Amino acid sequence: MSNEKIVLPSDDKRWRLVNATMRRHGYSPDALIETLHTVQEAFGFLDSTSLHFVAKSLGVPLSRVYGVATFYNFFTMKPQGDHTCVVCLGTACYIKGAPDLIASIQQEMGIKPGETTADKKVSLLVARCLGACGLAPAVVLDGEVAGKIGPAEVIEKLRKWE
Amino acid sequence: MFIEEIHKLAEQEKEAQSAYQHHVYVCTGTACLSAHSDQIQDALNQEVKSRGLEKVCKITGGGCRGLCAAGPMVSVEPDNILYQAVEAADAPEIIQGLSDKPVERLLCNTDSSFFTRQSKIVLNNSGDIDPERIEDYLAVGGYEGLIMALNELTPPQVVEMITKSGLRGRGGAGYPTGLKWGTVAKAIGSPKYVICNGDEGDPGAFMDRSVMEANPHAIIEGMAIAAYAVGANQGYLYVRAEYPLAVKRLQMAIKQATKHNLLGDNIAGTTFSFKLDIRLGAGAFVCGEETALIASIEGKRGNPRPRPPYPAESGLWGKPTLINNVETITNVPSIINKGAEWFASIGTEKSKGTKVFALTGRITHTGLIEVPMGISLREIIYDIGGGIPDGRVFKAVQTGGPSGGCIPEAHLDMPVDYESLAKVGSIMGSGGMIVMDDTSCMVDVAKYFMEFCKSESCGKCVPCRVGTSQMYRILDSITRGEATLDDLALLEELCDMVANTSLCGLGQAAPNPVKSTLKFFRDEYMAHIVDKRCPAGVCKMTHAEVVR
Repeated sequence: MSNEKIVLPSDDKRWRLVNATMRRHGYSPDALIETLHTVQEAFGFLDSTSLHFVAKSLGVPLSRVYGVATFYNFFTMKPQGDHTCVVCLGTACYIKGAPDLIASIQQEMGIKPGETTADKKVSLLVARCLGACGLAPAVVLDGEVAGKIGPAEVIEKLRKWE
Repeated sequence: MFIEEIHKLAEQEKEAQSAYQHHVYVCTGTACLSAHSDQIQDALNQEVKSRGLEKVCKITGGGCRGLCAAGPMVSVEPDNILYQAVEAADAPEIIQGLSDKPVERLLCNTDSSFFTRQSKIVLNNSGDIDPERIEDYLAVGGYEGLIMALNELTPPQVVEMITKSGLRGRGGAGYPTGLKWGTVAKAIGSPKYVICNGDEGDPGAFMDRSVMEANPHAIIEGMAIAAYAVGANQGYLYVRAEYPLAVKRLQMAIKQATKHNLLGDNIAGTTFSFKLDIRLGAGAFVCGEETALIASIEGKRGNPRPRPPYPAESGLWGKPTLINNVETITNVPSIINKGAEWFASIGTEKSKGTKVFALTGRITHTGLIEVPMGISLREIIYDIGGGIPDGRVFKAVQTGGPSGGCIPEAHLDMPVDYESLAKVGSIMGSGGMIVMDDTSCMVDVAKYFMEFCKSESCGKCVPCRVGTSQMYRILDSITRGEATLDDLALLEELCDMVANTSLCGLGQAAPNPVKSTLKFFRDEYMAHIVDKRCPAGVCKMTHAEVVR
């Protein structure tokens, strides 16, 4: 790709960040995962436009880009709601009541893990393990870890978002 | 920077630190940070400033102290005082206590067996140094191992030393580290690569995260020594993207080390050059498998491939590659500094040194511990861990995550080493140790791990992709009270099939949780199948009525 000029999909400044990551790695196909990380960091999720752009810029087949984007749990192709609630499902959290947390959130918000409420306010996600096992069961509310938490407390915090 | 300058810097830092009468460390590990230890640090700084004690007392954000259950932790040196469950509002009292009596109500007993029964190599400096300053690491003798290796030892001598120490891989399988290094060193092909595996994927494990957050320079030093020993000039640190704090501190540490010429070209004025880059994982358990990890660094899907050829001969971009786990690498500088004999004197005949465990679940002292190999599980759970809370009864301890097994009461006196754990159907694993009491249903636990393996299976080989799904289906029907004894027989058959025919470690070890629970807790399976009843009261039976 070295001689071809990279055309950004739009004027959005965030594309420059994406391009900077690719440039730093010399537009090498190896940089695919690093680039997708930058896209997700900048835009919050991966969409068709970004996948096409990355595929073309790195000279990687779109199928491989899509394969990588869907293989790894960290990448998401759905936009998130205004608030995110991540419930840890690590072993320590699991035996200390994480399934109950999910069940009560599900009942309260009417969404399953991986879904966003109809008003795009709250997304419910699950994590494999946050590595905060000393705080089990743990949830992450908008990036803030809340540990040793019960269903009632979680619901109370979620209601404050509504 | 030459060696003399580095030594001078270390001396200067030591002097600067000894000028303070008191040194207050605030734990800034993930557990304590989420309890707002950063605000405590700010409050303490504020307090010191308002009292004009800046020249007397230094506040430092340190790494993990281990006792996460009692966080946030604050320690005062050299007075050897440890405070627990501190809040920002306690800052004035703590600072007042420096010249007065310590704050009684916050004291944490450091003579308790949680602290005294541990012996620390990997976590040695954790909590006592500021992970964001290279000077702190230099002041405690950091990078001495690297400098010594580069100046006094030849690469084969370094390999020899690691071999003699008896260090084995801490990622789980326990492959002799010296043997691995020797193979890469002898492999034909260039360039060679060194990879450190920080993709801690086991649920219920956070040892590597803690090391990366609390002592990032030790990992860099260990990797540089490894690179020197095997003849590599480029290294990659593969870290989970889910550990943003670890990534930030490692990036910072790499920058500082490069600036001080402890990474980069002609390290410390020698002919050895080593560059280190971070690669972010993206949440795939299978990437802990070395060939899958290599694929991921190459920007591909994390699919494993058959071995041989082993990465030692054909790894990253087809070149000889050394892959070691974070904990393994962190042991290296100490071995070079203190000698192979010293390291080999700790532990058992076949398992040397110490092991870090994340002690969690139904246990009083959850947290991070480091114990000598050969200690018994009972000592870990009852002496260090403080036993089971709420007057409940111990049922099992799970080691090795989704690749390990559940160990019952009857085997608690067994020593913790690679061979003993394997003998009872578990593995050492990376260090997750989850304690369960009588409120946990063992069939449900087996189902939990199978669900994990099923969704983390990369899908490349059939036994793992289809086998784990079918095993999960049977386990699910058992927990719903819908299974028959024929299903149980099929489950056992699948255990053998999946273990023996899967391509990589994920599939080969996936049946372990089922096999070990079947071996030690068969009565619970029978209660679900025959009596349609869950003894622990966890599983909601759809066929609640006993059908006879």
